[in-house]
Amino acid sequence: MQSTMLQVADVDLDVFDSGHVDSNQGSGKARPIMFLHGGGGFDQRQPFVAPLAQKRRMVVPTHPGFGKSSLPDWLDSVDDIAHLYLELMDHLKLDGADVIGCSIGGWIAAEMATKAPERFRRLVLVGPVGIKVGPPDKLDIPDIFAMPEAEAQKLIYHEPERMRLDMAKLSDDELAAVFRARETLALLTWEPWMHNPKLKRRLHRVANPALFIRGESDGLISQAYLEAYARMLPNARTLTIKAAGHVPQLEQPAAFAAAVLEFLGE
Amino acid sequence: MRAWHFSETAYPYLPPAESYPSIRVSLPNRIYDPAKGAALYDRYIDEWLIAEDEGVEIMLNEHHQTATCVDPAAPLMLAALARLSKKARLLILGNPIANRRQPVRVAEEMAMVDVLSHGRLEAGFVRGVPYEILPANSNPVRMNERHWEALDLIVKCWTHHDGPFSHEGRFFHHRSINIWPRPIQQPHPPIWVSTTSTGGAAQVGAHGYIQATFLTGFDTTKRIYDGYRRGWREAGRGEDVPIDRLAYAALIYVGETEARARAGAEKLLWYITANKVPPHFSNPPGYVPVAMNVQLARGAHNVVSAFGTEQATVEGAIEAGTMFAGTPDQVFHQIKKHWNHVGGYGHLLIMGQAGFLEHDDTVHGIRMFAREVYPRLKEIYPETMVSGTSAKLDAVAN
Repeated sequence: MQSTMLQVADVDLDVFDSGHVDSNQGSGKARPIMFLHGGGGFDQRQPFVAPLAQKRRMVVPTHPGFGKSSLPDWLDSVDDIAHLYLELMDHLKLDGADVIGCSIGGWIAAEMATKAPERFRRLVLVGPVGIKVGPPDKLDIPDIFAMPEAEAQKLIYHEPERMRLDMAKLSDDELAAVFRARETLALLTWEPWMHNPKLKRRLHRVANPALFIRGESDGLISQAYLEAYARMLPNARTLTIKAAGHVPQLEQPAAFAAAVLEFLGE
Repeated sequence: MRAWHFSETAYPYLPPAESYPSIRVSLPNRIYDPAKGAALYDRYIDEWLIAEDEGVEIMLNEHHQTATCVDPAAPLMLAALARLSKKARLLILGNPIANRRQPVRVAEEMAMVDVLSHGRLEAGFVRGVPYEILPANSNPVRMNERHWEALDLIVKCWTHHDGPFSHEGRFFHHRSINIWPRPIQQPHPPIWVSTTSTGGAAQVGAHGYIQATFLTGFDTTKRIYDGYRRGWREAGRGEDVPIDRLAYAALIYVGETEARARAGAEKLLWYITANKVPPHFSNPPGYVPVAMNVQLARGAHNVVSAFGTEQATVEGAIEAGTMFAGTPDQVFHQIKKHWNHVGGYGHLLIMGQAGFLEHDDTVHGIRMFAREVYPRLKEIYPETMVSGTSAKLDAVAN
């Protein structure tokens, strides 16, 4: 289990690698999972990491502009990150990896898969954003930046009180990381809001087995949105996790890990 | 010293503030009665023209989706004023170019107003307050970079006279730029930029543009001006910064008597008391630097929305240096004290109308300032003065 700074193109990426799992489990089991985090960032202490890393090698880049990863001035889109991560896969020889992407990480995964579906085995998209399926006069994804923080928390979490981040308990560095992540999220998703209009015209190429997961109380991603997204891939199905909102990996880590590992064939 | 009458053309006829969460961005426009709005435009234009008659210059600005300033297309108002006024300088402060998608169009609008007004335009550019982000659907991240690319491109539009040129920058792309008309003023109209940060001010100083700051009181204004003077000197513009490079905007009301001044000043506070805006509009992600957000989360005061409650009284605002109000003598001394503290400036932007300050009272304030205070300011602060030397001057005087 370690984090390393890797330079990819001109970006310094903080990449967590849980390391290879005991080799006597067979070569298939050594296949890595590339995990792409959501807007809240990644921390190896998050509760879903251990159950997944027990079974599989996990490789987790922290997105540019989040955590310790740098943000060059040319980078301003999810598409930029998708290209960068394909290059990261070259560096780390990750071809054939499974990928899990949450929220904006799901969007990154979808962009990567449309560019090079053959480089992945299976896809798990968790509350993914990235497409627009509803009418022009209604946002598909509620505007979390234009509402009181407490309202946004209610949309994101099944139990906002339990999950709420206590700013007072964070160090200045941790607090700075929270604001930096928010800023980068805005940079990447502002316009068009949370989607790439071209993505849905490309998803049909992604024939990989795909699982779309949604927390039952997710206030950002509706069930209709998730199903419409899944229908754009020829080989996808959906799954609901109870008592969870937009981040089921944090609110129901055991159920999340079990569902993911089952789908990935453990 | 040059004085400017600044009106935000506010629409004050609102329901109780408790009935809405924000006066900006989300306040439904069904509240706006266009007939009343037309009468208000007539009145505010009259007040600008009265200021002109009194020898005061004209200033306006632009905001969107708000009752506090119903001038979402300021170049249109500027065009009207260009024809209605005869001699006043016309300052737009300013064009929110980080929020406008076509800087070339802005260059055209400004050039056209300069010609319409026979060379009276003062072209201001602002980053825009945070509540402008949503109405413009503008990305709050990297605004400063967009702002400067746009401004440099606008200046090139004004100064390039040999047929089409191209621009392929970070944010803006044009294959063929060749604006008609070009400005009357050569090489281009005076350029103003507002900022609230010392780093921003240094950048404005390096360009030699006129730096304006709004309601930043004593110490913050001094820091901003220090930044400007530093940027000016480091860019090799010389040791002396003329005071005409610096401007300060304050709430100003001069009354014939203390009682009348007090009544007018109370009404000017509407700018502060009516500005009800929730945090998700006043601080979108990326608008202020990360380090500033950390300080704000730890309880620091937000300079960007300096409308703190401690300034919601006449005494508090005067104490803070955001308001100059009283009899001519009192106002003269308040301005002098502020002027000396910050190092000196050559432009006073007078926020002299707000909310329910009625026409007669607004005109009274304009005339009292123009006749009883302005001549004294012009006398002690001639435009040939240098900024940042007042401490030395004081030492000499003592």
